[in-house]
Amino acid sequence: MAIVRSVETAQPPVPQTRATPRRSAVTRGFLFLAAVVVAIAFVAPFVYAIVSSFKTAAESNAAPPVLVPSAISSENYRTLANFGIGIFGYVKNSVIVTGLTIVGTLVLSVLGGYGFARYQFPGKNVFFVTILATMMIPFQTIVVPLFVILSKVGLTNSLVGLSLVYITFQLPFSVFIMRNSFAAIPPAIEEAALVDGCGTLKTIVLVMAPIAIPGMVTVVLFAFLAAWNEFLAALILLTRGENFTLPIMLLSASSGPYGTVDWGLLQAAIAVAMVPAMVLFLALQRYYLEGLASGAVKL
Amino acid sequence: MLPSVLTVAALFLAPLAMTGWISLHDWPLLGKITFAGLENYVRAADDSTFSSSFGFTTRYVIVSGVITFVLGFALALLVRGGLPGTAVLRTAYFLPVSIGWAVASFLWVWLLNSQVGAATELLRSIGAVGSEFEWFTRADRAFVVLVALTVWKSAGFAMIVFLIGMQSVLKDLYEAARVDGASWWQEIRYVMLPLIRPTLVLVSLFLVTAFYLGFDQFFILTRGGPGTETASVVYWIYNNAFVRFHLGYASALSLIFLALLIVLNGLQVRLLRKDVTQ
Repeated sequence: MAIVRSVETAQPPVPQTRATPRRSAVTRGFLFLAAVVVAIAFVAPFVYAIVSSFKTAAESNAAPPVLVPSAISSENYRTLANFGIGIFGYVKNSVIVTGLTIVGTLVLSVLGGYGFARYQFPGKNVFFVTILATMMIPFQTIVVPLFVILSKVGLTNSLVGLSLVYITFQLPFSVFIMRNSFAAIPPAIEEAALVDGCGTLKTIVLVMAPIAIPGMVTVVLFAFLAAWNEFLAALILLTRGENFTLPIMLLSASSGPYGTVDWGLLQAAIAVAMVPAMVLFLALQRYYLEGLASGAVKL
Repeated sequence: MLPSVLTVAALFLAPLAMTGWISLHDWPLLGKITFAGLENYVRAADDSTFSSSFGFTTRYVIVSGVITFVLGFALALLVRGGLPGTAVLRTAYFLPVSIGWAVASFLWVWLLNSQVGAATELLRSIGAVGSEFEWFTRADRAFVVLVALTVWKSAGFAMIVFLIGMQSVLKDLYEAARVDGASWWQEIRYVMLPLIRPTLVLVSLFLVTAFYLGFDQFFILTRGGPGTETASVVYWIYNNAFVRFHLGYASALSLIFLALLIVLNGLQVRLLRKDVTQ
């Protein structure tokens, strides 16, 4: 927990004023320039993609490309609104899958993390190590049986089935985070609540959870990014167009009929798929850092 | 806590065992499942596409991994402090990590398109590429794209983990080195690097594993092509399972791949540990 605290603020850890006293102004100017050039190269695709989504369809599909749009147009978004089941349908699917993943992961990891942090029982360490060990086994190597199991129980082409898969893969990391959060809370606080007549569940919900909120936000953020962005499982499990999540919708948007692609449609679809992840990430950066700093590296 | 253990067991350990079970069968998507013993494993040994995909993926992992590692480290040094606007710079480098591999790949498909792509047009305008230039018809060019996308998508992540490692070293140690007249490079080489060794190991393990498991970028940008020249291992497993519907064979490939990954991770840890003692 000590490490987590040390990165709690998003501020640079080394004092800026005396970080590089020996370097000359010229060197520093050069370094700053290099840093800015790289930053522009990294961010330019996003800016250009979002700007391009507001081009007219004609400009979006022009070859060679029109770098700066001559007018702002919602034409691409209107096309997108009527694409397939309509963009709102796909957004709804993504929201459902992401929402179920977040709720499921949060509930199970709060209960699990609390249990591991507070209770002593035989085999506890074996259970915990088992949960952590599953972090080492990549999803990609067990897709086949997951597909077979889910089709046996009728959960392919189901947003619930897909969420179950995501919850499973978020859980080891999330239980780890929540266990660390609860372990950092002094048992005395909890005992006070119990003495005052709170039940165990009530104590978790009313007393412990509020204190463990940073850990919970971290869990939610990682669950969001995982479910919102995931491609392979969705590709395998969802075969009917009406169930597609946004990343799979992009696949249909990028392979138009007769080999033609409406690039304007794709630009708008890309913007819709990536902006929520970027915004949420920007808003919750420090929780992302906390997740990483607690040793649970996840991309 | 029991629910989380049960969920993990049901949807994680059971599938792992099942992968083994399925791999011993001729298991089409539809139709009769028959026991095949080790036939799938024998077949895998002769599968030249599997071995070439492993070779291709290994090259991709090494090239992307080294560049991401070095760039991530350089960026971490840059934004460690001393430059104005480090918080903004850091966020800029990190932004590509927040979007998915699939979305990033579609973004690049468009940017690199030979007709409407802005990146290709920019290169054309400075004369770096010809007027009829195509990225994805040749494996060597596709490789460049895959590496560039991967570095762009992951360098910020490496940077952040390096930063966390760097700040875990007591500030006093850097200061002490400076007081003793250590140069910038000496400070990094003799104070920082030995102390953040665990972080270096963590990042390299992480990058190697994540890159070996790559799928989205291969599926979306190249479809493994031309031919199967740019098929990653996971792409080839996917192809066998969900395009050719040989689930048994794909399971055998999955387990072989998992074993290879575990061996590789072990080797890496040993190699990096050995380095420490020198």
